[in-house]
Amino acid sequence: MDMNAYLSMFIDESNDHLQSLNEHLLKLENAPDDISIVQVIFRSAHTLKGMSATMGFEDLASLTHEMENVLDLVRNHKLSMDQFIFDTLFKGLDALESMVQDVTGGGTGKADVTAIVSALQTIVKGDHLKQDAASAGMQSAAGDEGSMLDQFQSSILLQSIEAGMSVFHIVVTVREDCVLKAARAYMVFDFLEHNGEIVKSSPSSQEIEQEKFDRSFTVFTIANITEEELRKGIESVSEIESAAITQLDNESLLQLGASAAQGAPSAAASIAQETVGAAQAQVAAAAAPAMAPAPAASSPSAAASSGGGGSRTIRVDIERLDSLMNLFSELLIDRVRLEQLASEIRRNELTETVEHMSRVSSDLQNIVLKLRMVPVESVFNRFPRMVRDLAKSLDKKVDLVITGAETELDRTVIDEIGDPLVHLLRNSMDHGIESIADRIAAGKPETGTVHLRAYHSGNHVFIEVEEDGRGINAEKVKQIAIKNGIVDSESAKRLTDSEVNMLIFAAGFSTADKISDISGRGVGLDVVKTKIQSLGGHVSVESTQGRGTKFSIQLPLTLSIISAMLVKLGSEKYAIPLSSIVETAIVPREQIRKIHGNRMIDYRGSVIPLISLAQVLDCKSFLEEEEQETEIVVIRKGNKLGAITVDEFLGQSEIVLKTLGKYLTNIEAISGATILGDGQVALIIDPNALIK
Amino acid sequence: MGEEIKVIVFGLANEEYGIEVEKVRTIERMIPITRVPKTLAFVKGVINLRGVVIPIIDLRGRFGLPESEPTDSSRIIIVAVNDLEVGFIVDSANDVIDIDSDTIDSPPEVVGGIKAKYLRGVAKVGDDRLLIMLNLSEVLNKSEIIQLEQQEA
Repeated sequence: MDMNAYLSMFIDESNDHLQSLNEHLLKLENAPDDISIVQVIFRSAHTLKGMSATMGFEDLASLTHEMENVLDLVRNHKLSMDQFIFDTLFKGLDALESMVQDVTGGGTGKADVTAIVSALQTIVKGDHLKQDAASAGMQSAAGDEGSMLDQFQSSILLQSIEAGMSVFHIVVTVREDCVLKAARAYMVFDFLEHNGEIVKSSPSSQEIEQEKFDRSFTVFTIANITEEELRKGIESVSEIESAAITQLDNESLLQLGASAAQGAPSAAASIAQETVGAAQAQVAAAAAPAMAPAPAASSPSAAASSGGGGSRTIRVDIERLDSLMNLFSELLIDRVRLEQLASEIRRNELTETVEHMSRVSSDLQNIVLKLRMVPVESVFNRFPRMVRDLAKSLDKKVDLVITGAETELDRTVIDEIGDPLVHLLRNSMDHGIESIADRIAAGKPETGTVHLRAYHSGNHVFIEVEEDGRGINAEKVKQIAIKNGIVDSESAKRLTDSEVNMLIFAAGFSTADKISDISGRGVGLDVVKTKIQSLGGHVSVESTQGRGTKFSIQLPLTLSIISAMLVKLGSEKYAIPLSSIVETAIVPREQIRKIHGNRMIDYRGSVIPLISLAQVLDCKSFLEEEEQETEIVVIRKGNKLGAITVDEFLGQSEIVLKTLGKYLTNIEAISGATILGDGQVALIIDPNALIK
Repeated sequence: MGEEIKVIVFGLANEEYGIEVEKVRTIERMIPITRVPKTLAFVKGVINLRGVVIPIIDLRGRFGLPESEPTDSSRIIIVAVNDLEVGFIVDSANDVIDIDSDTIDSPPEVVGGIKAKYLRGVAKVGDDRLLIMLNLSEVLNKSEIIQLEQQEA
């Protein structure tokens, strides 16, 4: 078998499993007693082990095996999670991640994991803690062997009751003439699983699936809805005769355990039925008239269950999407040609057909673009873990609240946005959130909150990182900026608050070491700004001292299509991204001044440099010296303005971005190319390179 | 007998050259080229090849031969080597032949003024036909181009 054929599949799936492991381990950390999470983790680890072994990555397989051993003990309630186990498992995950990364990079996935393996082994041996006392306590509470509920199931139920959750014992009876018993049972299970958690069923779910039950089956469930809703939901499944629901408390649970110990499961059912008593009789009576609406009610629940069963997606190689895009942009070019031809030929049928084609192709364009959209979830997912680790190492308490993870962004943006967000989050946690003592002193809750939000607005996606920390000390930021020569003290006085806040993104701001020990932020924030700008977005910061700081990033929905101004220089055409254009204008020759040999113009009260595009691009077919009036495009880079001179404006257009290929890289002032309606290539100007 | 290789034959300044057919994506007639500023003189610009932007190199300029105006027989050969896609302007391209790899001799020190490292060898075809086989990865070698840029600067 050629393993290479499966390698990319292995990498994709491993990454999925690692992500799921990370997520669920974090969840488990918040609810260490939830065995169902352990089950999920165990299954993921198990699959990962199997895949790695099949692919021949022995180190991966053996490390996962050790982790699995620990998890196995946990899920069988022979071991309870504690901080040491969590830390070790997280370390194991990190090692697995780096191994998978190595495999992705073409390596063999080998790594020295002996330290982690031996730590895991000591956990399995139980050398590291005193878990006996805890599990003994549970045993006494849970009753004996042979009980209907085994020890850990009843302890889960008991804990849930103590935690104030509603635990129900349900006896579901199907109608005598029921044709598809297993299917009905499945629908009941599905409903229960959507509204809570099934702890135990009798007979077991496998037996029920194989129709190995008579007319009724019993379920213990922890539900997050009321008894009434539960009953309604179950009875809306067609061909169900009745559902006898008993809410359990500590006492009845113990009783149940005891009575079940005597032998027959039916005894348990009868106790339950006694307790429900009259209510159940009513239900049985109500069941018959309820029959008519029942089928109608059951169909949406069936639909929900089919929809809920995993998202119906397929994986597509990004290169295929790219070639789809390429083919499509060709179609767009042909469309423009056809439109031109149709307007020349002036035949109704042709014009109509071309118009129809235009509509279809613009719909198609939307779909093709949407294919490349990915939820930001894939980036956000890694942050809970990062925040947890960082909070630990900074000795702070931090809650990360993620909203809008389903917001979609172009794949190319998604790939780039991760690093800037890491910087911003680190910054928020390091400089924004105060230490526990400081927070208490400031009268704030000791746990700080960092919000990570994403949402759509117009043609843009906004991502915000907001914390409730100490805020930016504008005065100190100013002083440092003056000291580092970013602004002079004169202009510093004139800065508005928001301009002062933007200083922390300045390039020189972060370099000095002494900054780190005051409230000033700035570790690598200039990098964040550059990166976001290279993605065609921009970043801003708002802050209230003592109340917190908010970073907002605004990003274009897609990088593959941008709005641009097309300009002409002699025989050549160029595109200037609209995002950096402030305005266009025509200035007469006499308004152009020369200062120190540099051409400048007056622009709304300030003097800005005039840059000759033809000169920058060595364009010989346009001689601007002969012009009496000069067309200019005013562009902005941060807070600097500049005007570039062009020959002629051609108008605004949506353009499809193309790279110049690997052979031509880093060409000064050119950021890419696009194909115009006439099939010609036009180069895209990088305005940031023009303003120094 | 060695391996049979299929070769695209093209003409450049009165010499015949060959490129293995599997490295050639397509051969095009001259199409409008968009100039790219601030590049080396032999980089003529970029073209739109069915939706993909591809850089175009004048092979004469690349080899330091005198450049000439394109004619009706001029062609652009699009080659793909090590995930680089580049088009070469050549004087003509009109033949595909099979040659025996055994007949390729290592390149002589100087052939038509082109540095030997650009050449894979010289193949003898028929009785009096010599075919210069190109070493494409050297022709497209970026590190050498960077050196060239530094020399020019």
